[in-house]
Amino acid sequence: MIELQDVNKTYLVGESPLRALRDVNITIDAGEYLSVMGPSGSGKSTLLNMVGLLDRPDSGSYRLEGTATEELGEEARARLRADYVGFIFQAFHLINRLTTLENVELPMMLAGISPKKRRQSALGVLEQVGLADRAGHRPNQLSGGQLQRVAIARAIVMKPRILLADEPTGNLDQASGAEVVEVLENLNREGITLLVVTHDAQLGKRARRRIRMVDGQIESDTGDGNAPAGSTAL
Amino acid sequence: MRLLDQLHFNGQLFLRHRVRTVLLLLAVGLGVASVIMLTSLGEGARRYVDREFSALGNQLLIILPGRKETTGGAPPIYGAAPRDLTLEDAQALERLPAVRAVAPVIAGTAPVSRGSRSREVIVLGSTSAIFQVRKMDVAQGKILPERARSEALAVCVLGSKLKLELFGNRRAIGEWVRAGDRRMRVIGVLEERGESLGLDLRDMIIVPVRTAEQMFNSPGLFRVLLELDANADFDRVEDRVRGVIRERHEGEDDVTLISQDSMLAAFNNILTTLTLAIAAIAAVSLLVAGILIMNISLISVSQRRREIGLLKALGGSSRQVRQLFLGESLLLVSLGSVAGVAVAWVAVLVVARLWPAFPLAPPWWSVPAAVATALLSGLVFSLIPARRAAALDPVLAMRGQDL
Ligand SMILES: Nc1ncnc2c1ncn2[C@@H]1O[C@H](COP(=O)(O)OP(=O)(O)OP(=O)(O)O)[C@@H](O)[C@H]1O
Ligand SMILES: [Mg+2]
Repeated sequence: MIELQDVNKTYLVGESPLRALRDVNITIDAGEYLSVMGPSGSGKSTLLNMVGLLDRPDSGSYRLEGTATEELGEEARARLRADYVGFIFQAFHLINRLTTLENVELPMMLAGISPKKRRQSALGVLEQVGLADRAGHRPNQLSGGQLQRVAIARAIVMKPRILLADEPTGNLDQASGAEVVEVLENLNREGITLLVVTHDAQLGKRARRRIRMVDGQIESDTGDGNAPAGSTAL
Repeated sequence: MRLLDQLHFNGQLFLRHRVRTVLLLLAVGLGVASVIMLTSLGEGARRYVDREFSALGNQLLIILPGRKETTGGAPPIYGAAPRDLTLEDAQALERLPAVRAVAPVIAGTAPVSRGSRSREVIVLGSTSAIFQVRKMDVAQGKILPERARSEALAVCVLGSKLKLELFGNRRAIGEWVRAGDRRMRVIGVLEERGESLGLDLRDMIIVPVRTAEQMFNSPGLFRVLLELDANADFDRVEDRVRGVIRERHEGEDDVTLISQDSMLAAFNNILTTLTLAIAAIAAVSLLVAGILIMNISLISVSQRRREIGLLKALGGSSRQVRQLFLGESLLLVSLGSVAGVAVAWVAVLVVARLWPAFPLAPPWWSVPAAVATALLSGLVFSLIPARRAAALDPVLAMRGQDL
């Protein structure tokens, strides 16, 4: 479903060009569980943003569900993003003036879905992440682990096919991190494609397919993202 | 995104930034209110003049000596100075059909005194007809007698204020005053009526036209006022008047005719233009409000970079982001306009209550014009911030520190 071919991305940092992605080739099938690891600045986030249609390649092609995304305009890319992709960030990115429920409803609101349906779906996914009783709370009344679970609820409320998580446990302690990973892996078990960027070797190893990036290139790509759970060493 | 959702979203923002919101509402509201209140003043002036004119009845025709060329064309070759308009001319006009009354007028100023008290006032030389034509009456005594048409009687009628200045509360009828170098007997005092067509009726003296002629040593009339029948055809009367004058002035109808209607129309024009000009000046405050909105929106865009990036990551498009920001300004301006209209409305009511003589009222166009200008200004000045927000790169916008 995800097919990147010879994707390049160069940023200009001052005078000098910085190649964040070099000739990246990767194919990801539905339902895979991938981790992306590598040193800081190796292009992990850039890759994730590319897959999530937040960024455009300078050259190369990116097909999402058979659609050649590089030919699409801004509006169409936004729509694809809304339909297929859910993002989870290290810094949660919840809006403080909105309640938990409103934060979770936000993607559906942008998509113009009716308030009734929105509420139903949002409460459903909050249930799924174990936070149904926090619907009326504001972000500043929640713990880090709870915040990230709200963010996950928001990411999946539109029933996306792909979940992109950029260091989802980076701001969390061990226990909350484990909770969050559990929620994510449960979602993957139910069929969602899960891509996790992480510095945490423990977390990285849990994925069935592991990608290592160095200097904008994929250095290694091991494992089978769709192998049955439990076949990977923990 | 649904309209209601957008309104809700913007409303939450307003609640979050109360001070900023109140400030902007104030700027817009004051602008709208000032447009409405100032145009109400202009419109009030127009209505005031309108009312003054209609108090005189609409059947007034004014004849001035000399022709005012308003239609271009060469000036007459001979007869450099126009002929005077004489008392005999005025009397000839009395015989015209549809003319109810003719009041010749000679005007000037002279000191009027009694004993040691003296006042420089306007002297109006006319006949008894002036009282009918200008809808004036006396509070005490009598108006000018019929004989004043042709005789230089030494009698006069005083304005109410002049009477008070000269006589205080004592009886004036039958007493003597000195006007210029002539002594004359007071036969009447005008009733209190304030200004009429720019003339302060309280502070003047009315004398027989012949008397004024001698006082000012001028055979020519200042003007002639005609009162016409209620259903008179102005154009026809005008033609006849010109005919009479031509007959008497060796073929030249060297007079200017002004009908009450044309005068009213001219005043209306001037005052309407003035009101529009006032409105334009007041609208500048709406421009200022627009610029304020732009600056604050720009600040808001840079403060909310991460939120904007997030909205895009959640599937929002650039167009939606732009709409959110434009909508925010328009909602704000709408709320401010409603407040401004309400404030202006209350202010007009209060002033009308305190000062009932002045017909203060907003012209019909001022509310829609003020609101439309406010909306337009808000829209135009939020285009740049909205565009800037829409153009934000989500990846860059979301980089950086925590919320
Ligand atoms: N918008 C940008 N402008 C300039 N340089 C950029 C931009 N985005 C990324 N880079 C650079 O590209 C390189 C790859 O960045 P990226 O964020 O993908 O790294 P990363 O692997 O996610 O690193 P980290 O582990 O620190 O998050 C880095 O050197 C970064 O500085
Ligand atoms: Mg990164």
